[in-house]
Amino acid sequence: MKLVGEGLAVERGGRCVFRDVDVAAAGGELVLLAGPNGSGKTSLIKLIAGVLEPAAGKLSFTGGDDELTIGQQAHLIGHQQAIKPALTVLENMQFWAGFFGGDRAMACLDAFGLGELSGLPAGVLSAGQRRRLSLSRLFLSYRPIWLLDEPNVGLDGASLAQLANHMREHLKSGGLIVAAAHTDLGVKAHRTIELEGK
Amino acid sequence: MKTAAALMKRDLAVAFRQGSSLGTAVGFFLTVVVLLPIGLGPDQALLARIAPGALWIALLMSVLLSADRIFSDDFEDGSLELLTMGRVPFEAVILIKATVHWIAAGLPLAVIAPCLGFLINISPQQVVPLAAAMIVGSLGISLLATLGAAVTVGLRRGGVLVAVLILPLYVPFLVFGVAASSNLVPGAASAALMALAALSLAALVMVPIAAAAALRSHMR
Repeated sequence: MKLVGEGLAVERGGRCVFRDVDVAAAGGELVLLAGPNGSGKTSLIKLIAGVLEPAAGKLSFTGGDDELTIGQQAHLIGHQQAIKPALTVLENMQFWAGFFGGDRAMACLDAFGLGELSGLPAGVLSAGQRRRLSLSRLFLSYRPIWLLDEPNVGLDGASLAQLANHMREHLKSGGLIVAAAHTDLGVKAHRTIELEGK
Repeated sequence: MKTAAALMKRDLAVAFRQGSSLGTAVGFFLTVVVLLPIGLGPDQALLARIAPGALWIALLMSVLLSADRIFSDDFEDGSLELLTMGRVPFEAVILIKATVHWIAAGLPLAVIAPCLGFLINISPQQVVPLAAAMIVGSLGISLLATLGAAVTVGLRRGGVLVAVLILPLYVPFLVFGVAASSNLVPGAASAALMALAALSLAALVMVPIAAAAALRSHMR
């Protein structure tokens, strides 16, 4: 299983965010994206997810399901949590479970210890709890690629340890992770891509 | 299929729990219908003559009022990006969004509009043709509102732009809708109803493709 991007470039709003960036990640590897604010970490993650289109370069994923796009084989945890405040925690999870083809909504909530809060409206969750709910989506269905955009923002110590554990297990099972972070994730990166910004 | 059902269930739950789209649409509709006879005076023959047209215009406006909410929440909270990463085509996601808008705003209005029509002296024979025409036409109206919402998502004050962009497309719906609701010429009503159905079906095919393209280019 291998994710390869060569000579990638992204333009947003007519401005070149980055160019000539190479990405390579094999199964079991964690690739860390580093760089100052605005250097294009989020853009690169969204590019891999298929939300953005490359202005130049090529992105390919081999060893997965050839019928699916890269985005359809990836879980994206971005800055926005994709949580509906009007629904309960469990209902939010059940929706994404239905959408991503899983049926273990309750079990996924337990991955980050949100089981007890399942009946609460998601609108009353704290920022850290919302982040944990968002991270719980990773376990709805198995997808080999995890795209994590600063997944540790707002998490407490126990949740950080859980996140590191889950990431290690995913890598051990042969999955690959592309993560952007400013602080230590607690998992050793196999490769770091420095985005420079301008 | 399960994916589609999950999305529909969530959107309906959000729509009815927040109550905003249906409440706004029905409230606006009711206001127009109640104020109309007060503004025009108690000329019953005049009211009966303009009733179908007035109800159709009120329907179009009410549906447009709730249109800019169709994608804005999902766009702002990041759900829209994730919805492109599912196993269903993004076009199907759009179609479900439009259907939910129809069920939550268009269809209830189409059902209660003829009843409220009695406030403006609609003739009893017109009630059934009006309801039929509105149910058929409101599907296309919701679909076009979805297209407008897709084109203007992420813009501040997008609602005004939706109205400006989409109102011209509503003209054929208005023309055939009113024709199908008032039996001025025998036989013309059923022909107009078929034209209205054709418009709705055309929107059903074209809107998901166009709206998906618009949303993709917005996210890029």
